[in-house]
Amino acid sequence: MNARFHILIVGAGPAGIAAAVRASESGASVGIVDDNPAPGGQIWRRGAPQLTTARRWFRRLEAATVERLQGWRVFDAPEPGLLLAERSGLASEAAPCAELRYDKLILATGARERFLPFPGWTLPNVMGAGGLDALVRGGLPIEGKRVLVAGSGPLLLAVAAELAERGAHVVGVFEQAPLSRLLSFGLHLSGQPAKLIQGFRLRLATRGVPISTGCWPVAAHGAGKLEAVTVRRGTRQWQIPCDYLACGFHLVPNLELPMLLGCRIENGFVMTNDFQSTSTSNVYCAGEPTGIGGVERALIEGEIAGLAASGQVDAARNLRRTHRATNKFVRVLQQAFALDPRLRELPQPDTLVCRCEDVPIAALREHRSWRDAKLLTRCGMGPCQGRICGAATAFLFGWTQDSVRPPLLPARIASLSACGAAQSNPHGKDAL
Amino acid sequence: MPERTSSVALTVNGAPLRVPRGTTVAAAVLMAGSHARTSITGEPRGPLCGMGICFECRVTINGLPHQKSCQILCESRMDVQTP
Repeated sequence: MNARFHILIVGAGPAGIAAAVRASESGASVGIVDDNPAPGGQIWRRGAPQLTTARRWFRRLEAATVERLQGWRVFDAPEPGLLLAERSGLASEAAPCAELRYDKLILATGARERFLPFPGWTLPNVMGAGGLDALVRGGLPIEGKRVLVAGSGPLLLAVAAELAERGAHVVGVFEQAPLSRLLSFGLHLSGQPAKLIQGFRLRLATRGVPISTGCWPVAAHGAGKLEAVTVRRGTRQWQIPCDYLACGFHLVPNLELPMLLGCRIENGFVMTNDFQSTSTSNVYCAGEPTGIGGVERALIEGEIAGLAASGQVDAARNLRRTHRATNKFVRVLQQAFALDPRLRELPQPDTLVCRCEDVPIAALREHRSWRDAKLLTRCGMGPCQGRICGAATAFLFGWTQDSVRPPLLPARIASLSACGAAQSNPHGKDAL
Repeated sequence: MPERTSSVALTVNGAPLRVPRGTTVAAAVLMAGSHARTSITGEPRGPLCGMGICFECRVTINGLPHQKSCQILCESRMDVQTP
C-alpha cells in the first residue's frame, strides 16, 4: 500500500488526534498512523468509561477528514518525506507494508513506563501500572484479584482507582517519592492536573486503599508466577501476598523515531520551537516526547503542531500562552517524582536487566557505556531494541543511547524487501 | 447456530475459550491460565508493558510466530499457541 499526505501524523493519542483535527481544518490532506487497533493512545485507551475531554476529541476526529491508518507501525524513515510502516496485526493481508509520503510530519509518539529491575521483576503477572490497566481494558478479568500498585508517578493513583472501581482488591499504592516532596507537589499544582489528582485520591480513600510514600518493592516472589511482593520503607520491610504487581517508575518518552529522523534531543526530550518544529526541517513534535506533562499539555501541543504545519500560524500563536501554563506542570512533575538513588541498589547480581537477552546486572557492571555493554553482553540487542533496559541502564549507570538504527522494530523480511528498506540506510552510520 | 456477535470463540493451546469481542489476545492467554513466552534461559514470561513496546507477550497465532498479543484483538477461530 502506498499513500501520500500533505501532513502525516505518527501516533493517535491526545497529541496526534488534536494535531490531525486542527490540521484538517485547513483543507490539507491529513493522515494519521498508529500501531494500536484503535485510536486514543495509552491514556484514552478504550475499554473504560471515557472522560468528557476524550469523548469531545474523538467526536472531532470522527467528523474531520483524516485518513486513519490504525494498526500500522512505522519501522523506517529511509529518506526525507518517506516513512515505511508495517501492519501490526496478523500478516494475512497481501500488502503488509506501506510507503507513507508526506510534506510535513508531526511526531506524537507518546511515552512508555520506566521499568526498574529488582529480584523477581521478570515473573509473569508483574506488569507495568499502565501495563496492567491496558490488559484489563483489553478484557482481563480483575474482579476479586489482589493487586499491589507500586513505582512512581500520578499514573499509579489513576490505575489504582480504576482497578478498585472494577472490583480489584487493591492492597496498596506504594509511591517511591517521599511525602514531603508530594506535599510540595500538591501546593504547586493548579488547574486540571490538581483536580485530577485530588479526584484519584478521593476515589481511593472511598474504597479504603492505603497510599504509602517513600516506599518501594524490593522483591517479587513466586514459583512460575507472582505470589507475593516484599516492600520496603526505610529500614523496615514486609511481604504482601498478591496476584498482580502493577509497577512502573513514571514515564519516559518514545524517542526512537525522532532520533532516527535526526531531531535534536536535549536532556532526554525532543527540542522544539514555539510552533513545535524540531531541528529537522518539516518535522514537528508534540506531547510527551517534548516533556512528560500529561493530556492537557499534549492536546495544546498537538493543536499548535497541527495548525503550524498546515500554515495556520496566527491560530497557532494564539495557543502559546495556554501552552506556557501547561509547561509548568512538566517541571513540577519532574521534581516531585525524581527517582530515589537507593532504587539503584535493588538488583541482586543475578537480577536480569535485559529481559530479551536475559543479561544479569553482574555482566553489565564491568562496562562503561551502553555501546560496550551491547557489544559484549547483547544487552539491548533483542526484539525490544533496548526500549525497556535502555531506560533502566540510563538510571542505573547513567548510560545514554547514542544512536538508533532501522528497522526500529523487528519487521518481516517481506516488508523490508517490499519497501526497499533493506537497500537504503542513510541513518545507520554506526556499526551498532 | 449463528455465532453471537458480542463474543468470539478461539483456542489457546488447543483449549476452546470464548471471550467478549474486543478482548486482546494477551488477555485471552492470561484468562486461559498460560504465560506468553519462554525466555532464552527458560524463564516463563508474561505481558509487561501492555502497549507493544516490550515484546514479552509474543505468542504464535494461526501458525505465525512472534505476534505481539497485546496489540491484536481476538478473532473467531483464532488458534493461539504458547510454549
